Amino acid sequence: MMDTLLLSRIQFAANISFHILFPTITIALGWMLLFFKLRFNRTGEERWMDAYRFWVKVFALSFAMGVVSGITMSFQFGTNWPGFMESVGNIAGPLLAYEVLTAFFLEAVFLGIMLFGFRRVPGWAHTAATFLVAFGTTMSAFWIIVLNSWMHTPQGFEMRDGVAYATDWAAIIFNPSMPYRLVHMLLASGLTVAFLIAGISAFRWILGDRGAEVRTTLRTGLITAAALIPLQILAGDMHGLNTLEHQPAKVAAMEGNWETGPNVPLVLFAVPNEETRSNDFEIGIPNGASLILKHSPDGVVPGLNDFVTDDGEVLHPRVAPVFYGFRVMVGTGFAMLALSWGTLALMARRKPGATGSWLQTRRGIDALPRPVFWIAMVMTFSGWVATLAGWYVTEIGRQPWLVSGVLPTEAAVAEVPSGMVLSTLLAYLAVYAALTLAYIGALVHLARKAAGKTKAETYAPAAHNLQPAE
Amino acid sequence: MMTLFGDPEVWLPATFAALMGLSILIYVVLDGFDLGVGLLSPLATEEERDRMVASIGPFWDANETWLVLAIGLLLVAFPTAHGQILSTLYLPVAVMLIGLILRGVAFEFRVKAPVTQKRNWDWAFFAGSAMASLSQGYMLGAYVLGLAPGPLTWAFATLTAIFLTVAYSFIGATWLIYKAEGRLQQKAVDWAKGGIWGILGGLGAVSIASPLASPRVFEKWFSFPEVVLLAPMPLGFALIATLLVLALRHLPTKDDSWAWFPFSATIALFCLAFVGLAYSFYPYVVPDQLTIYEAAAAPESLAIILAGTVFVLPVILGYTAIAYTVFRGKATALSYD
Repeated sequence: MMDTLLLSRIQFAANISFHILFPTITIALGWMLLFFKLRFNRTGEERWMDAYRFWVKVFALSFAMGVVSGITMSFQFGTNWPGFMESVGNIAGPLLAYEVLTAFFLEAVFLGIMLFGFRRVPGWAHTAATFLVAFGTTMSAFWIIVLNSWMHTPQGFEMRDGVAYATDWAAIIFNPSMPYRLVHMLLASGLTVAFLIAGISAFRWILGDRGAEVRTTLRTGLITAAALIPLQILAGDMHGLNTLEHQPAKVAAMEGNWETGPNVPLVLFAVPNEETRSNDFEIGIPNGASLILKHSPDGVVPGLNDFVTDDGEVLHPRVAPVFYGFRVMVGTGFAMLALSWGTLALMARRKPGATGSWLQTRRGIDALPRPVFWIAMVMTFSGWVATLAGWYVTEIGRQPWLVSGVLPTEAAVAEVPSGMVLSTLLAYLAVYAALTLAYIGALVHLARKAAGKTKAETYAPAAHNLQPAE
Repeated sequence: MMTLFGDPEVWLPATFAALMGLSILIYVVLDGFDLGVGLLSPLATEEERDRMVASIGPFWDANETWLVLAIGLLLVAFPTAHGQILSTLYLPVAVMLIGLILRGVAFEFRVKAPVTQKRNWDWAFFAGSAMASLSQGYMLGAYVLGLAPGPLTWAFATLTAIFLTVAYSFIGATWLIYKAEGRLQQKAVDWAKGGIWGILGGLGAVSIASPLASPRVFEKWFSFPEVVLLAPMPLGFALIATLLVLALRHLPTKDDSWAWFPFSATIALFCLAFVGLAYSFYPYVVPDQLTIYEAAAAPESLAIILAGTVFVLPVILGYTAIAYTVFRGKATALSYD
């Protein structure tokens, strides 16, 4: 039988992994819906409203999944990790309370109006509700990222008898890793949604849907992805440098670097071995890590062996999950770069024999070869892959600390019999697996239904939607 | 008591206990009626079920948020207590969470998944509502008996689990009397007629068990002059319950007047019962073990949250009222158009 600590960690990881999938979608999708609505308000073109109507369903479904799994998270602190609140509750508590007060209610209340209030409130109020929901989800993310970043780079407090007391709230909120983590996460959400929209639109295209709506969303998704991915690479690099400054052990694990020193290679592939404390099968670019992290080939990069005490206690995270997670995240990012920029380049080609302005003679979506749609479809959930991998890198990378340097993970765990943790873990896993499949199934169903619609039905006049409530 | 407003270490925990109590009460009323609608859903036809779901569709999410606020305040304001309470109630909490997950996603899936799966999601909607209601009732019972393990607690908690589920069904039925019309409204009246005996029995059981289980609670209710001063509470309860029974006999009326009464009266009953429980347990957050003063977090942290709460809570109540106004009137099938 595994011990309560390990099972509780697996349970928390399972819960947060499932939960994070849905806010990652709703944060950016909320803004995307606002964009669709504003474009519709301005142009009056039905394609924007059709896009709104299709994607608001995906939003509602994702939001419900996020809410119910988020409630689970809020109880997990008490059931599995009571030591967390007992030790740092004076800081974590207010941050969580502000999330509920400023964001959670806002989203939940205006979601009702956004989803079902179309004919009951004037058009401007419906647009305002859409904005408030998008704003609420982003505020929610802000507070959670503040707390999470503080757990990585804690400051603005003092310890008295093992309990943290806040001394400087500005320092707590604007802790050193917060801005980087927030930007990285918001961009991750934007990319996840860009690929989701592009992927599902590509799926509808493959099913034979060539309507104005699907062309609009496919273009929007691909252009958004192409715009965000370079920003994300830049933000990720800056986040990495920030981590190097504050959590060098995490970066050492990401790089798979055991010994501190200059001229450290950039390890492309390896099998980290904690027994021999070295990498097997290593393939690397000489001086690469020194160049990236220190911008100089003989820059000194910290190694994992610095984080082992003289009596053999290991104070760095387990290397393999951090090391592989980082490679999965970066690899997915480069695949995103390739697809979005490749597609854009293909779309920007001129029509053969056309004359005139380049903007008007681009071939657009019709220029895309068929495999591109298939690749886009396969990459529908690539944002999830990269987000989860990145999340594992940063969270497992914080171990063995729950709050870096303040609270060891093992000190916070509940004294609950391991059998109870195991049985609830299995129940959660069963529910989560079933729901994830049902969610993807429902998206496929919605896409097929939309693609199967006749043209007449899709473009039937929907002017009544513009009218205020009678 | 005399130093209530002098010392922040006294009035801050008391204020937060009141805020937490308020959110639990709002939660029990609001999610109570929508969980109740879920519990009653198998008794309806498919078309009626669509209208029942539509009557709570715009609200359930915000209703559930009060639970998050309540648990948030518990872990924020009373960090020592929350670990003790939640790790003792580990399994019922897990059952409740899985129930809330199933109920919450069923709303969306029943209309977005292929039609052939609608029945399964309707079933999940009912099962989730039942799991959440039963486990909340179980936790209430265990809490009333001071979270002491043993067969007596399990038996009593099982009893309160059933009673709270009936009480939720009852308030759900009264909500439907208010929001439905025609055949469904008539059905809701019939459901309420059956449910009222469950809710009265349940409250009776808790009222008898709490003083018997705790000499301190007995002392608080049955010593002089408290017994006289508190008399309006049981009397008020009896009055409202009588009016409710009478009203249910005459509903639905031809012009649909008084359809609002059973729901409002039930809210009053819930409030009275809640005040009674709160009076019994004050100043304890874990009954007979840990007071709110012993369990409270640092005053500076509580002050930070209070500042925000005082400002934000009225705003939340305000826009909640707007939402209920927007969706006033009889429920019809929900659509995104």
